[in-house]
Amino acid sequence: MPHISLPEHLPGITGLLEYSQETAQPIRDLTQLLLRGDNTLSQGERELIATIVSYRNGCVFCTNAHTAATDLLLGETETCEIMKQDIDQMPVSDKLKALLKIASLVQINGKAVTPESVELAKSFGATDAEIHDTVLIAALFCLYNRYVDGMATFTPDPQSGFYQQLGERIVNHGYQRLPQGYDHLKKS
Amino acid sequence: MAYINIPSEEQLPGIRGLMAFSPETAKPLNALAEILLRNPNNTLSQGERELIATYVSYLNNCTFCQMVHGSAAQCYLEDDGSLINQVKKDMLNASISDKMKSLLTIAGAIQKGGKNVTKEHINSAKALGATDKEIHDTVLIAAAFCLFNRYVDGLGTWAPQEASAYLDRGPRIRDEGYANFDPMSYIQKS
Repeated sequence: MPHISLPEHLPGITGLLEYSQETAQPIRDLTQLLLRGDNTLSQGERELIATIVSYRNGCVFCTNAHTAATDLLLGETETCEIMKQDIDQMPVSDKLKALLKIASLVQINGKAVTPESVELAKSFGATDAEIHDTVLIAALFCLYNRYVDGMATFTPDPQSGFYQQLGERIVNHGYQRLPQGYDHLKKS
Repeated sequence: MAYINIPSEEQLPGIRGLMAFSPETAKPLNALAEILLRNPNNTLSQGERELIATYVSYLNNCTFCQMVHGSAAQCYLEDDGSLINQVKKDMLNASISDKMKSLLTIAGAIQKGGKNVTKEHINSAKALGATDKEIHDTVLIAAAFCLFNRYVDGLGTWAPQEASAYLDRGPRIRDEGYANFDPMSYIQKS
């Protein structure tokens, strides 16, 4: 049970963003900009960063939601699962592997990021903007994961189909609040 | 030197340089700080909220953030620095209310990870009079500083070491807020 009273039809982050819409707005704006804005990193690559940080923070809700979004954007489910076991085994560029390793260091703490980890990413062609965005996406998910788990929000069963629907929503509509709100998700 | 190329870096320590590097993401970050730390529609005072920000930044070992927000907390709480130091060194014996101690305990748990917040932490805060919104805001302020601290340190920004370098920051936060923060206003024209 959540630590405070939250809308029952909206599990995980979705209920928190409705409970406190004033604080939700800048968080939504930042997420939309970082994960969906113009960027030399693809949306799928940025969702991988969100997923690895959520996975390492042990946040089941965010991990499942962003895994679903990543899989939809990449058109396959293997890359994301391999990433969770071993970044080096992923079928992706060396640059992306180096950025995912930076994100994993940010998950531990800001000071865990080493000059060497950044130099490695740069040696594979990562730009300053890509390094900046990787660190900020990773930091943002350290916020989300703590918000979701720190309030003990409800985590739906992975078999329920919930995350597939949420993944589709964030791929098709992005991170801004739906114009019609979320009353249509209430169980009758 | 930061890990990325920051304009006028020597005059823009900490998050100021990052906000100059990326003004687009700076906007929602400042909007979030404004609503969490400054919105007058809150039963936690601005000083109490800056104290949460300072405490989490201290636990994350982020020099820049703990000094800037410590300066803001000092300014609002009319503290000469001794209360802030007490909270950092020995929070449970600091001269603050029991409710505030229970909220800082929750913030300290959030710093470690969301799952570290226990039912007992929440029940104890509620028994001392904390409302749902106060608990929510404490959790979100603490989570937000886990973002800010990682952003500042994860990109290797520099921070002045001497406390005197931060003295002007508290009054500027009190008087100007975060929403319209412009890092360029800190650049001295030669």
